[in-house]
Amino acid sequence: MSFVLNDEEQMLRDSARSFLSETAPVTAFRKLRDDNNPDGFSRDLWSSMAEMGWTGILVEEGHGGVELGVFAAGLLLQEMGRTLTPSPFLSTAVLAATALRVAGSDAQKAKWLPKIVSGGTVIGFAVDERARHNPEHINTTAKKQGNGLVLNGTKRFVANGAAADAVIVVARNEDGAPCLVLVDCNQKGVTRKARRTVDSHLPADFTFEDVALDGDALLDGAEDTEGALKHILDVGRACVAAESLGVAEQAFDVTIDYIKNREQFGVPIASFQGLQHRAAHLLSEIEMARSIVMKALRTLDETPSQAPIWAAAAKAKATAVSRLATSEGIQMFGGVGMTDEYDIGLYYKRAQAAGEFLGDDAWGAGQVAKLSGY
Amino acid sequence: MSLETFRKETRDWLEANCPPGMRVPAKGEADICWGGRNWTFASDDQRIWLERMAERGWTVPTWPKEYGGGGLSKEEAFVLKEEMKAMKARSPLDSFGIWMLGPALLKYGSEEQKREHLPKIARGEIRWCQGYSEPGAGSDLASLRTKGVLDGDEYVINGQKVWTSYADKSDWIFALVRTEADAPKHLGISFILIDMETPGVSTKPIKLISGKSPFCETFFDDARAPVSNVVGKPGQGWDIAKYLLSHERAGIVSDAVSGGLNPVGAAHLAGEVDENGQIADPILRGDVARLTIDALAFESTLRRVKDEADKGEGVGAKASILKYVGTELNKRRHELNMSALGSDGLLWEGEKEEDGEAARSWLRSRANSIEGGTSEIQLNIVAKRVLELPGS
Ligand SMILES: Cc1cc2nc3c(=O)[nH]c(=O)nc-3n(C[C@H](O)[C@H](O)[C@H](O)COP(=O)(O)OP(=O)(O)OC[C@H]3O[C@@H](n4cnc5c(N)ncnc54)[C@H](O)[C@@H]3O)c2cc1C
Ligand SMILES: Cc1cc2nc3c(=O)[nH]c(=O)nc-3n(C[C@H](O)[C@H](O)[C@H](O)COP(=O)(O)OP(=O)(O)OC[C@H]3O[C@@H](n4cnc5c(N)ncnc54)[C@H](O)[C@@H]3O)c2cc1C
Repeated sequence: MSFVLNDEEQMLRDSARSFLSETAPVTAFRKLRDDNNPDGFSRDLWSSMAEMGWTGILVEEGHGGVELGVFAAGLLLQEMGRTLTPSPFLSTAVLAATALRVAGSDAQKAKWLPKIVSGGTVIGFAVDERARHNPEHINTTAKKQGNGLVLNGTKRFVANGAAADAVIVVARNEDGAPCLVLVDCNQKGVTRKARRTVDSHLPADFTFEDVALDGDALLDGAEDTEGALKHILDVGRACVAAESLGVAEQAFDVTIDYIKNREQFGVPIASFQGLQHRAAHLLSEIEMARSIVMKALRTLDETPSQAPIWAAAAKAKATAVSRLATSEGIQMFGGVGMTDEYDIGLYYKRAQAAGEFLGDDAWGAGQVAKLSGY
Repeated sequence: MSLETFRKETRDWLEANCPPGMRVPAKGEADICWGGRNWTFASDDQRIWLERMAERGWTVPTWPKEYGGGGLSKEEAFVLKEEMKAMKARSPLDSFGIWMLGPALLKYGSEEQKREHLPKIARGEIRWCQGYSEPGAGSDLASLRTKGVLDGDEYVINGQKVWTSYADKSDWIFALVRTEADAPKHLGISFILIDMETPGVSTKPIKLISGKSPFCETFFDDARAPVSNVVGKPGQGWDIAKYLLSHERAGIVSDAVSGGLNPVGAAHLAGEVDENGQIADPILRGDVARLTIDALAFESTLRRVKDEADKGEGVGAKASILKYVGTELNKRRHELNMSALGSDGLLWEGEKEEDGEAARSWLRSRANSIEGGTSEIQLNIVAKRVLELPGS
C-alpha cells in the first residue's frame, strides 16, 4: 500500500484543484446561499462533473464509468472540501453508486449506473432516523406485499434530499434484516421536507407512508446485504473524511496566510509564539489526519475486509481535526473571523456538518473500541 | 535476491536462531541489551542473540559490511524489522552508538574513525553516551561552555555536562566542546570523541522521579583528547550535532511506537473489564479508543513519511512533527495505562521483578517530551522551518 500519489492520481488532484478554484470557488458557494438556490448546488457544475468523468469514478467501464476507485473519489472530495463546493457527488456518485454496485442486480445496475454517470439524476442515500448517526437504529420497514413491497418509516437529513429524484432507503424486511430499496421521490406516499442546515446545504426529511413499490425496487444483488451496507457506509465515511480533511487544510492555509499579514503591536501576529505553537500543533494534527484518511481510502480499494476500523478511525480523526482547524482559525483571525464576510466561519460550519454525517468522532471512537474487541 | 526470497530466508534464519527467551516482549529497562565493556548479560539467551545477530551485521542492518553492518538496503532492513516483529523477537542491541553516533560517523567521520569505532558499536563492545546538555545550556544548546584548549596535538577539556544518560555505564562519550573561543556562538563548537577512562573525566549519578539513576553529571577537569578524535573539522560540531539530533529524534519516535504498552491489557490485568471483555468504565474506554485512533494515525504517518522519503522527498523539519506527536502520544498512553491499572499501577516495588515497572516507566515517559529537544522546541522548529512564520 502506497502513501504517496502515483502520477495519475497527482494529475487528477491537480486538475480537480484548478477546475474547482476556477469554476466553483467559495464565492460561487456564497452565491448559491445568498440566492436561496432551491437545490443547494449548481446543476451546471453537476453536469461539468459528469463531463469530466467524476460521476463515474466508482462505476465500471461497462456502465460508462471510469472506475478509478475510492482513493480517487476521496481525492476529489478533498478538493471539494477546500472550495466548500456543494454537489450531489458524495450522495450520488459515491454512496448511491457504491450501493448499486455492491447490492444491485445486473438489471438495476444497467438501469441506474449510466444515469448516475451521465449526471442525469440525483440520488440520496437515506440511513439515519434519529439525530445522531447509528445504522443499527432502523425502524423503517420494507415488507413484501404481493409481487412488490410496501415501505413505511421516516428518514432525517438525507443529504441532497431537496433535489433528489430518488433515494436509496435503508429499511428492514419482514424478517427484521436490513435491506436497501430504491424509491422514486414522486411515488405516492412519499413526502419530503427540505431542511436548510448551518452549512447552507439542503438535505431533506422523508416520510414513507404505505409506499407501494415494485419488486425491482429492492436491491437484491448482494449475497450478504448487511455486509454490503456496512461497506457502502465505510466508503461514504472515508470519502466524507477526505472532504473534512480538505476543509481543514484550506482553513489552515488561509489562517496562516492571514496571520503572516495581519500586524498588531507593530509586527505580524504570526511572530507571537502563542500563535506559532497553535499553528504548529494544528499542522501536526492535519498531517496525522492526512495519513489516516489516505490509509482508509487505500484500504477500501486494496483490502476492503480490513477497512472497517480504518474507516471509523479516519472518520473520527478527520472530524476532530477539521473542527479544531476551523475553530482555531476563527480564533487566530480575531474579530474578523466572526464576520460573515470572511470565509473561515463557512469552513467552521461545514466542518461541523460533514463531521456529523455518517458518524462523528465520538461515534468513530465507539466503533474502534468495538472493532478492537474492548 | 528478490525481496520475497529475502523475506523467506530471513524468516527461516530468525526462526532457527532467535532463542526462545528473546521472543517475549521486554518487561522493562532491565531486559534491554545495551552492551559495553562492563555489560553483564541478563541471560544466556540475551548473549547468544547478540552474538548471532552481530555476526550477520544485523544489529545495524543498513550499515556497510566493512564497518560491521549488514549492508542491507532500506527495503531489506524493513523486511527484517517486520519479520522480527512478527515473531516478537527483541532487538538484540540498543545503544546511543547505533541510533546517534553511528549515523553521524558514517556521514562526517574519517575513515580511521569509522574503522575504529563502528564495528565495536555493531558488536556491542563499546557503549557510548551523549555529552550535549549543560547546566546553562539546555534548549539553548549552542550556548554551551565546556571548553577545549589546544595543547600540541591534544585538546585540554574543562567543564561540566548534565543529564548525560548512562554516563556512569558508558565507555566513551561524544561531546560538544567549545574549541574556538572567539568564533560566533554556533561556529565555535567541536564534536569530540572522549574515552571515559581518560584521567580527569568523572561522573556523578542523578536520581530521577522514577527512582532510577540512568543519567549523570559529567565533569571534565583537564581531560585530554587527541585532535584526531574530532569528528569533521574543528568548529563544525554544531552541524554534526544537529544531524545527530534528527537521528536521536527518530529513535525516540520509534521507541514511542514499539513500546508495546497497551491500556487494554492493563485493564484486563487489573480485572477492570466486564463479562464481554469491554473496559468496564465507559469513559475510560472512550479515552482508550481515542488514543487508539491517534496511534493509528501516527503509525500511518510514519509509513507515509517513509514512502515520501523513498520517493525522494526529504523528511527535514517534519521529523519535529513526528517527535512532538509521537512523544506526547506515548505520554498519554502511559497515563491511560496507569488509569486502567488503578491502584495496581501505584505499586513501587514488590516480590516480582516487574512489580513497580508500570509506575516507573510511566514516570520515565514524562521525559520523552523533554529529551532530544522539548515539545516547545519542536513546535518552534515547525513554526519557523515548515510554516516559515516570522521570528518574534
Ligand atoms: C462579537 C464581537 C463583539 C465585539 N464588540 C466590541 C465592542 O462592542 N466594542 C469594541 O470596541 N470592540 C468590540 N469587539 C472587538 C474585540 O474587542 C476585538 O475583536 C478583539 O480585541 C481582538 O482584536 P482583533 O479582532 O483586531 O484581533 P487581533 O488583535 O488582530 O488578533 C488576532 C489574533 O492574534 C492574537 N494576538 C494578537 N496579539 C497577540 C499577542 N501579542 N500575542 C499573542 N497573540 C496575539 C489574538 O489573540 C487573535 O487570536 C467585538 C468583537 C466581536 C467578535
Ligand atoms: C531522561 C533524560 C535523558 C537525557 N539524556 C541526555 C543525554 O544523554 N545527553 C544530553 O546531552 N542531554 C540529555 N538530556 C537533556 C535534554 O536534552 C534537555 O533536558 C533538554 O534539551 C531541555 O533542556 P533543559 O532541561 O535545560 O530545559 P530548559 O531548556 O531550561 O527548558 C525548560 C522549559 O522551557 C521551555 N523552553 C525553553 N526554551 C524555549 C523556547 N525558546 N520557547 C518555548 N519554550 C522554551 C522548554 O520547552 C521547557 O518546557 C536528557 C534529558 C532527560 C530528561
